[in-house]
Amino acid sequence: MSERATSVSPRAEQDREPTDDADATSSAETTPGATPVTTGAEAVVRALETAGVEYAFGVQGGAIMPVYDALYDSEVRHVTMAHEQGAAHAADAYGIVAGEPGVCLATSGPGATNLVTGIADADMDSDPMIALTGQVPTDMVGNDAFQETDTTGVTAPITKANTFSMDADRVGDDVGEAFALAGEGRPGPTVVDLPKDVTTGETDREPREPHTPDSYEVQERADPEVVRGAARRIEASERPVMLLGGGVIKGDATEACREFAAEHEIPVVTTMPGIGAFPEDHELSLEMAGMHGTGYANMAITHCDTLIGIGTRFDDRLTGGIETFAPDAEVIHVDIDPAEISKNIHAEYPLVGDAETVVTQLAEEVEESPRATKWRAQCQQWKSDYSMAYETPDDRPLQPQFVVEALDEATSDRAIVTTGVGQHQMWACQYWTFTEPRTWVSSHGLGAMGYGLPAAIGARLAADDDQEVVCVDGDGSFLMTIQELSVAVRENLDVTVAVLNNEYIGMVRQWQDAFYESRHAASEYDWCPSFDKLAEAFGARGFRIDGYDEVADTVEAALDYDGPSVIDVHIDPGANVYPMVPSGGDNGRFALTEGQL
Amino acid sequence: MTGLDGPVPEERPSPEGKRNEMGIRVDPEVEAERPPRRTVISTLVKHEPGVLSDVSGLFSRRQFNIESLTVGPTEDEEHARITLVVEEPDPGIEQVEKQLRKLVPVVAVRELDPDAMRRELALIKVNATRPDQVAAVADMYGGKTVDASPETATVEVTGARQKVDAAIEAFGQFGIREIARTGTTALARGTDDTATESAPEQRTTKSPQPAHADDD
Repeated sequence: MSERATSVSPRAEQDREPTDDADATSSAETTPGATPVTTGAEAVVRALETAGVEYAFGVQGGAIMPVYDALYDSEVRHVTMAHEQGAAHAADAYGIVAGEPGVCLATSGPGATNLVTGIADADMDSDPMIALTGQVPTDMVGNDAFQETDTTGVTAPITKANTFSMDADRVGDDVGEAFALAGEGRPGPTVVDLPKDVTTGETDREPREPHTPDSYEVQERADPEVVRGAARRIEASERPVMLLGGGVIKGDATEACREFAAEHEIPVVTTMPGIGAFPEDHELSLEMAGMHGTGYANMAITHCDTLIGIGTRFDDRLTGGIETFAPDAEVIHVDIDPAEISKNIHAEYPLVGDAETVVTQLAEEVEESPRATKWRAQCQQWKSDYSMAYETPDDRPLQPQFVVEALDEATSDRAIVTTGVGQHQMWACQYWTFTEPRTWVSSHGLGAMGYGLPAAIGARLAADDDQEVVCVDGDGSFLMTIQELSVAVRENLDVTVAVLNNEYIGMVRQWQDAFYESRHAASEYDWCPSFDKLAEAFGARGFRIDGYDEVADTVEAALDYDGPSVIDVHIDPGANVYPMVPSGGDNGRFALTEGQL
Repeated sequence: MTGLDGPVPEERPSPEGKRNEMGIRVDPEVEAERPPRRTVISTLVKHEPGVLSDVSGLFSRRQFNIESLTVGPTEDEEHARITLVVEEPDPGIEQVEKQLRKLVPVVAVRELDPDAMRRELALIKVNATRPDQVAAVADMYGGKTVDASPETATVEVTGARQKVDAAIEAFGQFGIREIARTGTTALARGTDDTATESAPEQRTTKSPQPAHADDD
């Protein structure tokens, strides 16, 4: 079955070609000249159009064919991926960058199960995403029919909401509801399972504007009394720290948080998903805390007396052992999801609400800045004590930090970085200086290797034309979804992949060296292909870097190439990620070398 | 090999404080103990397929300690009521309520006061060698015989869990062949709402008090 490859280009106003019979307005009414809905599948596509969807990522298949047939005439541009996992990650990354739900499609059975990793990723990171899955006809459900999987059952634990659509008249609204749920309140993935008889069924029902069900309520403003208490606590604080999580970016609270921190001169730490919420080149920035966070961020968190956590769920990779996390601090916790408050870390001041709204409430309530001159000086001292300097000795191969910094320098402030998972991801966090929200796109909570390349495809389509998209990948991660390179080539997407190749599944190798007597069980990846040659085979440009003197020129050439390029960067296979807080350890006792673990 | 330097872990200052395993700051001298307590949580849900598996899936996924779950229709055909008996420390109970509220088909959630009416039903099938005595014991527990055959007698007993337990123990003398029990179902007393659409009981998050109150 051959696929029609619609060529898509990055989002830009001028390349939306007006068609003769429809203009792309999203209104509940039928757009002038648009054909009325006649089937469930057309209602599904109309719901997407009404929601303002521009791109959908997916793979064809038997049970989803009616929807694809309806998409064929739609203004929604479909990007055929090589594997459904790629579709889910691309949609996820699109959602992160665009701030509105990314859309992915798959057929029933294996198509749907291939989405599961990407859905779980979106669930862990609260990324807005909607997955539409084909399903066998309703009268065959439960018979173990060909390509049947209980998709709503399989995805129940990893979705914000999911629906098994039963009725052609309702299916459009089911999709609209799922779209609204994915983006509103605490974002997350939603799934609509679409049995083939429902999508082929007749209907003339135009879907309404997407809206969440009545039982879904989101609290926007925090309890003013608790806000007052938190404000008094901040005023009285001598050692305050702001901890900005991914929710700051998702809730568009970046400006409010930056103003608040600057106004009251409060040092700022971010979580990994919170990277970009605060400019890392700012004096108040202590960058990222947690297992591989900076020493100074972890010292500040450990010794603060007031922790203002915004849009963070206090993941164990951030907190280390609960007992030793910010043990002297009273916690002010801002979160839109009440269930996150006091789930892991007890909050003295629970502020349930939308991040921007609540930070604005706090800003209005705090009358004087904390007297924290000494504390700020202490934080600066820690910044120099535990500086993130690294060495580039002549007798060792290329150090990865150097490569990350070179890529950072060669790109603009608004360049988007996507990654896989492992050592390369940590080096990207540590050595790329992020200053803008929605420029860091990664798999945080789930830690899904293979995320980087499909995410770069989704990010590229959501990004502005002048934003570079760089995928910092690892050899192990890149190999997991490398087939998506064919998609980047087909669509001629300008993405640059830098594979930090140490011929190891490096983070595992690092742990094996530290905790398993260097027994490198299944972590040696010297069997990896030549990624530069493989890139050429796909039709992309391939480059290779072996030493320091090649870095600047090769990076420039790869970034300049107008299309997908891959740099196979051969780095020091012995390079490790430090600082490191061992699993469940004390953040203040981070190791700077293996000997300190 | 790494280029990072700075004071080694042992040479760094260390804070005084400490948190317990629930993330609550504790005085190092006095470890706050939070024993689990048994309580009833009533949930009003939309009457649609999949809700029950959403709720039960939540309990297995989040490792909440659940003792029983009953479900049945209500006065409103669009809603069903799920009654849960859980045994958790205070922060756990709070987390159960919050996680339930997050489920889209869940309309209202409330932890019931200790004085709420709680009832359970048991069907107890015993050997019918001494039918008179079976009837007498059934009487004693306000039960009634619902089925009798030459070999068996089946008695229905309704009441608080302790009463049902006691009845089962008493019937033990006849030789119990089979038992079927429901879990606890419950309603709030008087004009107090159990968990209704109009009063979804969105309790604001409170700091758990050191001494827990059963009736907040």
